[in-house]
This record gives sequence, structure tokens and C-alpha cells, in this order.
Amino acid sequence: MNYLSIIFSETYKILFLLVPVLVSVAMVVWLDRRIWAFVQKRQGPNVVGPFGLLQSLADALKYIFKEVIIPSSSNKIIFILAPIVTMTLALISWAVIPFSATQVLADINVGILYLFAVSSLGVYGIIMGGWASNSKYPFLGAIRSAAQMVSYEVSIGVIIINVLLCVGSLNLNDIVMAQENLWFVIPLFPMFVIFFISALAETNRPPFDLPEAEAELVAGYQTEYSGMMYAMFWLGEYANILLMCAMGSILFLGGWLSPIEIYPFTLIPGPIWLIFKILFLFILFALVKAIVPRYRYDQLMRLGWKIFLPLSLTWVVFTSSYLFYFNLLPTN
Amino acid sequence: MLAHAIFFYIFSFIAIVSAIMVTVSKNTVHSVFFLILDFISISCLFIMIGAEFLGMIMLIIYVGAVAVLFLFVVMMLNVAQQKNQWFSARESSKHIPVGLIISTIIFFELIIVISGWKYKPDLVSSLSLNIDNSISNTHAIGFVLYTDYIHIFQLSGMILLVAMIGAIVLTFRQRSGVKRQSYFSQISRERSDGVELIDVPSNQGVKSDD
Repeated sequence: MNYLSIIFSETYKILFLLVPVLVSVAMVVWLDRRIWAFVQKRQGPNVVGPFGLLQSLADALKYIFKEVIIPSSSNKIIFILAPIVTMTLALISWAVIPFSATQVLADINVGILYLFAVSSLGVYGIIMGGWASNSKYPFLGAIRSAAQMVSYEVSIGVIIINVLLCVGSLNLNDIVMAQENLWFVIPLFPMFVIFFISALAETNRPPFDLPEAEAELVAGYQTEYSGMMYAMFWLGEYANILLMCAMGSILFLGGWLSPIEIYPFTLIPGPIWLIFKILFLFILFALVKAIVPRYRYDQLMRLGWKIFLPLSLTWVVFTSSYLFYFNLLPTN
Repeated sequence: MLAHAIFFYIFSFIAIVSAIMVTVSKNTVHSVFFLILDFISISCLFIMIGAEFLGMIMLIIYVGAVAVLFLFVVMMLNVAQQKNQWFSARESSKHIPVGLIISTIIFFELIIVISGWKYKPDLVSSLSLNIDNSISNTHAIGFVLYTDYIHIFQLSGMILLVAMIGAIVLTFRQRSGVKRQSYFSQISRERSDGVELIDVPSNQGVKSDD
């Protein structure tokens, strides 16, 4: 009986986290399209519901009722597994995101490593989908994204080391609490910029959307997918983008902390602040998509390996020597 | 404890079955996927014994980086199409003696390791580690790795560096006649370098030297 009650209470908590995440993913897709449209002086989706808010729901319904086509020459098990893997990996990382000091599903010791590990697993959904489709364009897209995501993970990892040097703990709540006086975006501003650009590349967003560059590769790894399986890729992709925004706001923008600890700001609860910060980063993501043209592949690799990696490594040396010299290294 | 045991048996069952499938499966890409599954279940086992740092590092390094490169190479070389020639051809039987020798060596090594661990328990206690239960195991690893074992740690780092440089040197080839993009010369280019205004005399034209 005891186990049953634990299972029920945990399931309740998980649903309470996942349903809002999925709904906000749908809303965020709408926001993305709206911002993209406004930059280009269009209206964007504005017909379904007030301001077109229900557009994503309508799209989702359309996808559900479409036929799922599995190519006859594909590797069927892996072909079906790929969107499931993408979606699952995009959702399980939300377990460790702290929404306030107490509101976190799993407050584990190695929270940031868990986030990093799960986001580095995200490449498998794409590779599996591209390979199992047994077709040229998806395969090229998968190969491109594998190389791209592996390269940019390296710089994200080194940037995380920078933050960890200032915190002295791998727990996400500790990372947030360490920014009580000063958000890390101020002392580590160059790292924040590099993190933002690497996050764009890690989530295959424009200007780094080479894996699905429609002019060259039709739709990259998603070419052979249809109906619900395509929708799952799509949901997973946006859940990943939101997750990267959450990671950026926890590492650099103080997570659920309010900007200043004075009266009107302290009334607003922590989760709202975190959501504001995530939305701020997401709007930046959407603006970048609208403004910047796509990179060429060799330029992308050059940026990752020859610029970001040396720069962030140098910054690790700089941060650690600064902390050591002024005796600011965290002790616990 | 019951739930712990159930999860332990689930993960170890998955680990063993996928380890067998790595060698048994005919398609090399499937083998790599089973290898990934094996890594993931092993890291789950690490987390279950409380070594969460090791488990996560296992996920990041092996699953997130090494196995991606494996998969990358296997897919690029298209080894999947060679599966039948490799395993059913007659001349492959000459690999058997070499394989036997290597597997015998590994077998005896395993026996030595396991028996050393099982029949000589003081081997474990001879390590002078003061394990403090009040700190997380990330801190514990850090304390040991950067103090007692700093030389071994740096030596392994040097070995990896040498291997990396060696791989780059072996695969590097300088090709002539390749046009490279120089960002510096692109950005420092002025209007006067690229555009020239010429008064073209009528009925004569100009000779361009391109």
C-alpha cells in the first residue's frame, strides 16, 4: 500500500509539471510564429481563438487526425522510436528545474550534470530518425546535426564549468541561491553570450538550423515523418528550446530570484519570475530566427571549435585565477 | 528495499541482454544502439549505488560523446551493408586464432581481478582513503582526485592530449590549390580594392585583365 501511495503522489506531481510544460510549448510555438511574423511586417496566425492563441491546438488536432506513413524501406522499430526518444528526453529534463526553493520535482545533487547529460542525449532522436528513414536527405540532416550538437556541447560544458567555479555545487538550487547578490550574467557576460549562441546551435534553431535547412535538405531528418510522429518531433524541439532558456535563466539570470529584493518585487512568487526570464530568453531566440541568415556549415564548425571553445576555456582560466587570487573560491 | 531490488534486477537484466545483443546483432548500427542502451543501464546502476556523479559522467562522456562518434563512423562507413560478407565468409576463419588468444588473455585477467578482489579483501582496505560520509560524492572524488592522485590524473590528461594530437597529425594532409576563406581579408576589404571606375572610350572598349 505504501508503494502505491508513493507512486500515486509522484504521478500527480509529474502530471502537474508536464501538463503545464506541454501547454506552454504549444503557446510558445504560437509566440514564435507571431514574433517572426511581426518582424517581417506580417500578421502571423491570428484567426483561431483570441489573437490566434489556439492556433497550435488546431495544428495539433490536424496532426493527430493525419495518417502516419511509415516508409516501407525504413527500419520500422527505430523509425517509430526516434520521435518518442526526442519527446521523452525533452520532457524528463524538466524534473530537475527548480521553480522556487521548494518547488522542484527532484532536487538532486548533480542537477546541472543531469541537465547537461540529458541535453547531450537529445542528438539520438535526430540520428535515429535520420538513419531509420533510409533516405538521402534525412540521413544528411542527421549526420550534420550529430556533428553540430557534439561540437556545441563542448563549449556549453566549459561554460557550465565557469558557473560552477563561482558556485561550488552542482545542485541547481544552490546555483540559484549563489546569485542572490549578483546575477552571474554581470560578471560572466561573455559566457552568457556564448551560452546563448551555443544554445541556438544545440537546439538546431536558426541561424544554425543546418540539419533541417529546407533549401538543401527538404526538411532534414523530419522529411519522412508525418502526422503524430512529426508533431512529436516538433513538440520535443520546442520543449528543448524552452529547456535551454530555463537553463540559461538558472545559470545566468538568477532562476526564480526576483531582480531586486524590495517590496513590490518580492510580492511576485518565484515561479513567475522564472517564467518571465524563460520568456525573455525565448523572445530573443525568436528574434534571432527572424533577423539572422543561415550559417554555412564550415563557418558553423569554425565558430564552435576555433572561437567558442578557446574563448570559454580561456575564461575558465581567467575565472579560476580571479577567484583564487582574491580568495573568493566557494568553500563548503 | 524491495523497490530497490526490483530496479536493480531490471537495470542489470537490460544491461546484460543489451551487452549480448551488441555482439550478436547482425546490423552494426543496431549494435551501437544496444551499446548505448547498455551504457545507460550501467549508469542507472551507478546512480542506484549512490555514485550519482559517476553515473552522470558516464552518461555525458560515453553516451553523449563517445557513442555518438561510434554511431557517426558506423553510419558514414555504411558498415551495415557489409554484415554478411564479414561473418559468413570462409576466409574469416583465420581470425579465429587471434580472437581466441585475445579472449583467453582477457578471461585470465578477469579471473585475476575478481579473485584478487574476492580472496584478498585487505586489498581494498590498503587504500588510504578516509571516506567522509557527510560530503557528497562529487566533493569526495574532487578531494581525492586533486590531492592524492593529482599526478596520475595529470598523466592521464597528458596521454589523452598526446592521443588527440597524434590523431590530428595522422589525418592531417595539406592539399594545394584549396581556396580558403580569410575572414580578416574579407572584413578589411575597402571599396577602393574592389571597385574601379573607368571611362570607356567609345568604339574601343577596355581590356580587362582577369
